[in-house]
Amino acid sequence: MLAFFAQYSKLVDQAGINALLALSLSLSLRAGHLALAQAAFMGIAAYVGSIGAVDLHWTLLESTFAGALAAGIAAAILALPVARLRGIFLAIATIGFGEIARVVEINAPITDGAEGFSDIPNDAGTLAIYAALLATVAALFLLGRSKWALAIAATREDENAARGCGIDVGLVRTTTLVSGAVIAGVAGVLYAHANFFITPGDFGFPRMEQILVYCVIGGVTSSTGAVMGAAVMTALPETIRFLHDYREVTTGALLLAIIILAPGGLAQLWRRHA
Amino acid sequence: MSAVPRLAVDGISVHYGGVHALRDVSFHIAAGEVLGLIGPNGAGKTTLINAVTGIAHLSEGGVSLDGRRLDGLPAHRVARAGISRTYQNIRLFPALTVEENIRAGAFSRRGAIREHELQALLERTAIAPTELPHVASSRSYGTQRRIEIARALAAEPRLLVLDEPAAGMNAQETAHLRGLIASVAREGASVLLVEHDMALVNAACDRVVVLNFGTVIAHGIPTAIARDPAVIEAYLGTSGAA
Repeated sequence: MLAFFAQYSKLVDQAGINALLALSLSLSLRAGHLALAQAAFMGIAAYVGSIGAVDLHWTLLESTFAGALAAGIAAAILALPVARLRGIFLAIATIGFGEIARVVEINAPITDGAEGFSDIPNDAGTLAIYAALLATVAALFLLGRSKWALAIAATREDENAARGCGIDVGLVRTTTLVSGAVIAGVAGVLYAHANFFITPGDFGFPRMEQILVYCVIGGVTSSTGAVMGAAVMTALPETIRFLHDYREVTTGALLLAIIILAPGGLAQLWRRHA
Repeated sequence: MSAVPRLAVDGISVHYGGVHALRDVSFHIAAGEVLGLIGPNGAGKTTLINAVTGIAHLSEGGVSLDGRRLDGLPAHRVARAGISRTYQNIRLFPALTVEENIRAGAFSRRGAIREHELQALLERTAIAPTELPHVASSRSYGTQRRIEIARALAAEPRLLVLDEPAAGMNAQETAHLRGLIASVAREGASVLLVEHDMALVNAACDRVVVLNFGTVIAHGIPTAIARDPAVIEAYLGTSGAA
């Protein structure tokens, strides 16, 4: 067990961070909104938290709090211009936001640009990452038992009928986007502190695409699915290492298989056999 | 009758671009009254419902519920003020269960729906309790219509707006609907009923408003409306064409 952990601790940590990212996206997806700015929120928080930790000597907790707050504020601002966008238009606008964030990170005077920001205290271990994951899962579990879960689901199913039931659809959109951003922010700060080096490229579209793949493979509207998707897709490259030259192909094939055979993702398969 | 009407629609107009969908429409509904709204296709009935429920933007005039101005409020605030509706083309939350659909209706009121209230709602809308765990889109058309009415009633509305609720219902279901409308009115809620089934309108409504080309062309008790020359002309054309 210890030997396993010594060998794979980096992977276990990465799986925890990826699970947080998948959970953060699943919130917007549950409300039916294809808002793809998680990588950007992650990056904003990672830079705020890291710069604070290096230049202002913040602790991990302070760094996490400030990073998550910055990501939440960025999401609240982003929510205004995209309020009326749906579907593919919302996806493109939020991807555009991600590109803007990446370009700012490259060019801002305090981020050390494309070379990357280094010397971040390496103090986010497995314990911190999984404590954050556990807290997030617990919060989402409570959400699932509250009236909010029904408001979010109704918004996804039919926005106009939801309004007719007295549900403030705009508030549901903003709340899911901002809470998702806060979760992605926590993941971003932990990512930075676990790797002690970040570049703007870490938070670009390829990252966003990965997060979306976790959610699709796990099941887009399920928290359990998001965690399972992240875990499987983080472990997969290791377990099929002999295929590493074909990594993109295997990921693509798995994604296709899930979409065709189990559109509800791993969560659906899980429920079917439970 | 109290001085302040339950619903007051005062001189409202709705324009879509250069098209006048509604022009200077006024009528009142008293507490506990059932008002029928009829008119040929394209007369502006659905636009009127959208104007009352906060979906369509008014160019002129005002809408009040028990004296409180509603025009300019977003749709979810209008719902919370006490107006619930059903839709001409059923708009349930298709992937949610029957129970979730009904419970979603209670967002407009204070507090969640209690178990005995849910059972009472099922009984009065003739939905079997065994339907509750099923996904709404898997239910029959008639059941979906009743689920939509149950969802609207879950809000305990002061005004219930029914947009062609009898469409696709058989005679037995329509008779049950008539009883349901009467019981809602007896409890003090008002009903605005948009319907093409004239037998139901005559049986269920205290008064009827007739719309054509976005204006009110007649207004009165059902039996008088049926003899009104303007109404006959609107439905059948002029006597020469008929």
